[in-house]
Amino acid sequence: MKKIIQLIAIPIAIFLFVSCNNEKQTNANTSATEANSDAGQANVKDDASMKDIVKIAVGSSDHTTLVAALKQADLVDVLANPGPFTVFAPTNAAFDKLPKGTLDDLMKPEKKADLQNILQYHVTTSALKIDYFKDGQTIGMVNGDNLTVSVKGGKIILNNSATIVGSVEGSNGMVHIIDGVLLPPVKK
Amino acid sequence: MSKLSKLIAIIAVGAVTFITGCKPRGPQSAVTGDAAQKTYIAPGKYDEFYDFVSGGFSGQMSVYGLPSGRLFRVIPVFSVDPEKGYGFSEETKPMLNTSHGFVPWDDLHHIALSETNGIQDGRWVFGNGNNTPRIARIDLKTFRTVEILEIPNSAGNHSSPFITENSEYVVAGTRFSVPLDNANGDVPINTYKQNFKGTVSFIHVDTSGRMNIAFQIQTPGVNFDLARAGKGKSHGWVFFSCYNSEKANTLLEVNASQRDKDFIMCVNWKKAEEYVKAGKAEKRNVAYAHNEYNDITHSATSEIEKEVLVLDPKNCPDMVYLMPCPKSPHGCDTDPSGEYIVGSGKLAAVIPVFSFTKIQKAIADKNYDGDYDGIPVLKYESVLHGEVQKPGLGPLHTEFDADGNAYTSFFISSEIVKWRLSDLKVVDRVPTYYSVGHLSVPGGPTRKPWGKYVIAYNKITKDRYLPTGPELAQSAQLYDISGEKMKLLLDFPTIGEPHYAEAIPAELIMKNSQKIFRIEDNKNPFAALGDSKTKVERKGNEVHCYITAIRSHFTPDNIEGVKLGDIVYFHVTNLEQDWDIPHGFAVKGANNAELLIMPGETQTLAWKPDRIGVFPIYCTDFCSALHQEMQGYIRVSAPGSNVPITYSTGKTEPAGPVAAK
Repeated sequence: MKKIIQLIAIPIAIFLFVSCNNEKQTNANTSATEANSDAGQANVKDDASMKDIVKIAVGSSDHTTLVAALKQADLVDVLANPGPFTVFAPTNAAFDKLPKGTLDDLMKPEKKADLQNILQYHVTTSALKIDYFKDGQTIGMVNGDNLTVSVKGGKIILNNSATIVGSVEGSNGMVHIIDGVLLPPVKK
Repeated sequence: MSKLSKLIAIIAVGAVTFITGCKPRGPQSAVTGDAAQKTYIAPGKYDEFYDFVSGGFSGQMSVYGLPSGRLFRVIPVFSVDPEKGYGFSEETKPMLNTSHGFVPWDDLHHIALSETNGIQDGRWVFGNGNNTPRIARIDLKTFRTVEILEIPNSAGNHSSPFITENSEYVVAGTRFSVPLDNANGDVPINTYKQNFKGTVSFIHVDTSGRMNIAFQIQTPGVNFDLARAGKGKSHGWVFFSCYNSEKANTLLEVNASQRDKDFIMCVNWKKAEEYVKAGKAEKRNVAYAHNEYNDITHSATSEIEKEVLVLDPKNCPDMVYLMPCPKSPHGCDTDPSGEYIVGSGKLAAVIPVFSFTKIQKAIADKNYDGDYDGIPVLKYESVLHGEVQKPGLGPLHTEFDADGNAYTSFFISSEIVKWRLSDLKVVDRVPTYYSVGHLSVPGGPTRKPWGKYVIAYNKITKDRYLPTGPELAQSAQLYDISGEKMKLLLDFPTIGEPHYAEAIPAELIMKNSQKIFRIEDNKNPFAALGDSKTKVERKGNEVHCYITAIRSHFTPDNIEGVKLGDIVYFHVTNLEQDWDIPHGFAVKGANNAELLIMPGETQTLAWKPDRIGVFPIYCTDFCSALHQEMQGYIRVSAPGSNVPITYSTGKTEPAGPVAAK
């Protein structure tokens, strides 16, 4: 019998996370005379630290759709926050598997809340390395819904719909690359 | 069109009236209308200058931005600092070791930024330990104290750490003359004149910044106060002000003020180097601590050095001269050209300005006014460029701008006076609130003053801020000196007592500022460079816990098998490789400390449990959304217990046996 680690989405963490959405960070990254805009934490100039989740995603040619969606959903600065996060990062191909028009629809300004809900369903506030995942686990995601983990033939599958195909460690958490987009359970 | 301009004129007049009408009364009325604009740094914008300010009796150095007056950091130097863990962690404790043992609190007075060709270069900043004589070097990549060198044959290291124009030396003149370290010190105090001697030390700084005492010069038993190195044409010389040429050993406030003139001591250090090379220095047996912090081992070492070379001016002609200077000189400042040396007699009615060219001529002509304990005294008139007449009361210190102006602080008349070096005429004066001590112009002591501001570091605060009981924050005041008249812009409170300060353009430092320590470079012998390297080991009654910290847990976070009577060493390695993500570490009941660990660093807390039980550990620096979850437990069993050493993270089955009550 495999040990089940219950990962509880702590309300405080969620609260912090959500409240950060509206926070405009003012990290200065200009010269003494140059004006700084109200750029957020993702714009901090830092080549010395390990790459954070945003920099990893931006640097991946397989994740241009995800990055565009994160920008549209105002989640870029959030994911540059200290976290820690685990992000399940669907590839461009994963987004392509969605029914035609779904993504275009979600990218519309009036659908921003839906897009945020879906993207936040790909994030949890704990840095979970690959060996943490066990068959039957439930993980609380940032949007408030749960996700289930299954392990089949050595593969880690989420909600029976997306498989982890690679992992990258970032300064503020883990990025697990997945081959499908996770859709939050339909509200009753 | 004319209608419009008329309207504008009316509005303008109205605005002027409004501004005038709004001018507050009282001390604030010295502030001009655009002061707020000139000191306002919008959120996200940077200040133009870093300002390194001595923390005085706090023993620390603080870093402010100018012109905003915002505090960025307090750098612990000569005192323990709970905010940084400095002096508490096992790794940093050796930094405060001295020949007297561990000294947790000293008094830091003066600042010297490193220079190349007489221009600030932003590599290091030096500070003096005034009580237990020491010099500290702070690395401006990390803003940390990386070296502290004790000064033997010294007592009250006040005349320090002034620097030569290529950072060849920092100097350290003793405030107190004393029986020197290898002499019999058990003598009556009133045998001062026979038994008490002074010294000035020349501390060599190598290209890596490492300090060593190249030589000391033994001097008559006077008190050294301040000093400045020559620059440009006077490079190769250092000028030390001294008081108590009366050699009084009691009630100095009266007894050291008898003579009309004391001295500024001129030292030709290039000549001194020749004498050292020629073997003229005497090797003396002393003991002084030399402490260094290493950013690779993340640990400090302290070694006691045993020898120092001492030159006696009696055996070294042409090395030391004395210039008479009125009434207990305090400041002794060289102008950017190196030609003028400004002496500030605390009790003098004039400011004498000496000429380096004239000093050289007087030496060549042997234009002496006798000698003092065998050291030639140069004739006052022969070395004088001139005197600033009636400048104010109680002159203390002088700084310079790049346009030939000098700025002198006056304690008694509580003002800054601007005067011209060329004709020694006073051109402006502004009050300070209250009783200014040191003052500072960015780059003011160098060959290249950056100008723009003068900052007054005041001794008395009284009613300047909201009252906070008997003890008030010290106050600094920022003045605009870009025009002919000085303009007060800002008050800001400081840490401890600000003595001297030096400001430097931000761009000379900020680009080199280090963000993290690379984990692969960590050579701390107790580092755990990854969760798989964590362990808990017993060595006799010592239990060593090699712990890692990363958002948002410790590995291990459950530790058992410690027994009462053990000493537990928590060696915590912060695995983060992310700027501004330190972790803290605390254990309940620790009598000595907590830890603060920078990204990539290892720090150690020694803990002696005092009772049986389970003790929480947790991260004390809010690191992440799950910071509050970053915690664990350590179990302490009875001395004879058979609970084995076990440790884990993420393991929930009970393992160890329960001790019988």
